[in-house]
Amino acid sequence: MNLFRRRSDLPLAGDATSRFLPWLVALMVFLAAIAVAGAFVINNVIDRWDHDVSGTLTVQILPAGGAQAEAATDDRVRLAIDVMRKVPGVQSVKALDKKRTLALLEPWLGGTDVLQDMPLPRLIDVAVDPAARIDLAEVAERLSQAVPGASLDDHRVWLSRLINLSRTIQWLAILVVALIGAVTAATVVYGTRTGMAVHHGIVEVLHLIGAHDDYIARQFADRAFAMGFSGGLMGLGLALPALTLIGWAARRLEGGFLPSLSLPLLGYVAIGLLPLLAAALAMLTARLTVHGTLSRMP
Amino acid sequence: MRQRPRGENIIRFDNVGLRYGLGPEVLQDVSFALPSGSFHFLTGPSGAGKSSLLRLMYLGLRPTRGRVILFDRDIANTKRYELPALRRRIGVVFQDFRLLDHLTALDNVALPLRVRGVKESEIRKHVPELLSWVGLADQLGAKPSTLSGGQKQRVAIARAVIGRPDLLLADEPTGNVDDHIAMRLMYLFEELNKLGTTIVVATHNELLVQRFAHLPRLHIEHGTISKRVRPPPEEVVE
Repeated sequence: MNLFRRRSDLPLAGDATSRFLPWLVALMVFLAAIAVAGAFVINNVIDRWDHDVSGTLTVQILPAGGAQAEAATDDRVRLAIDVMRKVPGVQSVKALDKKRTLALLEPWLGGTDVLQDMPLPRLIDVAVDPAARIDLAEVAERLSQAVPGASLDDHRVWLSRLINLSRTIQWLAILVVALIGAVTAATVVYGTRTGMAVHHGIVEVLHLIGAHDDYIARQFADRAFAMGFSGGLMGLGLALPALTLIGWAARRLEGGFLPSLSLPLLGYVAIGLLPLLAAALAMLTARLTVHGTLSRMP
Repeated sequence: MRQRPRGENIIRFDNVGLRYGLGPEVLQDVSFALPSGSFHFLTGPSGAGKSSLLRLMYLGLRPTRGRVILFDRDIANTKRYELPALRRRIGVVFQDFRLLDHLTALDNVALPLRVRGVKESEIRKHVPELLSWVGLADQLGAKPSTLSGGQKQRVAIARAVIGRPDLLLADEPTGNVDDHIAMRLMYLFEELNKLGTTIVVATHNELLVQRFAHLPRLHIEHGTISKRVRPPPEEVVE
């Protein structure tokens, strides 16, 4: 890139800023990469949950009591299926058999042998057209009146809290990235002002021989870009193995509850652009800082 | 370099006052005009305000009061972004040279051309020529730290004149050199003056002033200025 070859009248390479800024940017890019990856993964998870849940409803039937409990419960299930099939927008209604219900409980309650004789609620999986506007409160009311012990679970009640929490974490991640950007910019401002103070004599000579402010600002900006970019690449180099490690650990945690914690392609692109963004931020900040300082000269 | 008709004022001060911060006025009601193509000494004792006056002239300071007209522009009404164009018409030889220590003699002299965006091929052609003219042909790649006082001074002068300025301001340019080199520098300034450059040389070297007694001088004392025209020929020291 031409920026790296452009000559400079200022000996900025030997400054203390040149030593610490790349490392600071590296750390910032590393943290930003983790935060960006987190934001994208959470977004992915929310989308997946939203998508999976928006097309389904679950009807829960409490087991009937008495001598013919099993048969009575089966009747309730059939009745509930009939009610749900008549709801506009419902695409399919399918009762989960006892074996499947037991399999769902197994992760929480262990071996199914002890559960075989226990009265278990029955579940009916209802697929609905996601575009259909179903009045779920009205359907739930109709269902509970028609079928004793039946209740409608649209998953959203409990899932919405989870989604809210995820969204909060996502915004937190975005805030962290913004804070990282602000800290990086503040450091560049400090470094640039220090550089201008150290090289005040040279800056003044350039100013007095007729250099435009931008001629001087560009030299600081070029240096800030080079330092920001090299630091950004270092940070990216540290972040990629860390993200791989976190991804590997997350895959080991994945169960039926959590969807796949994979980073979408856009996430990789965003993280790949971080060094360039950090460099651009450093360059712009340095340029504005120099302009601000020079504007106080006659 | 824009050629101006000789005699037209290149710079004019009207009742200019200058104070640093809340301190006393270091320059008071300074009024004078320098015609284009003129050559003046600026004399006065140390601390009289010679350097402050030069700083006002090379736009290193803005006056606290009064009016400065430079190249027909009232500086008070000139936008900040227009000032670099005016500064490029002024060459300055600073008292302490103010060479950039990390750059070679060639790069120091090339600086005014580089800030103007002159092509490197032009710079490589003209700068060595000028350095040869001031007797530094064999020091093109030397850093200021390896040069003697006189050599640094010549590099500083070369940097001031490389852009062929309309106005050359030199602050004690002969302060660090022996008499022989001081005379050579003065002859160099006279050559530049013959080519049309208006020159102001600030000095407190009375001997030098007497040697070039045919030149008028601006004399500053206690922050006020007086203009002395050339003395009678019999007083001129040869």
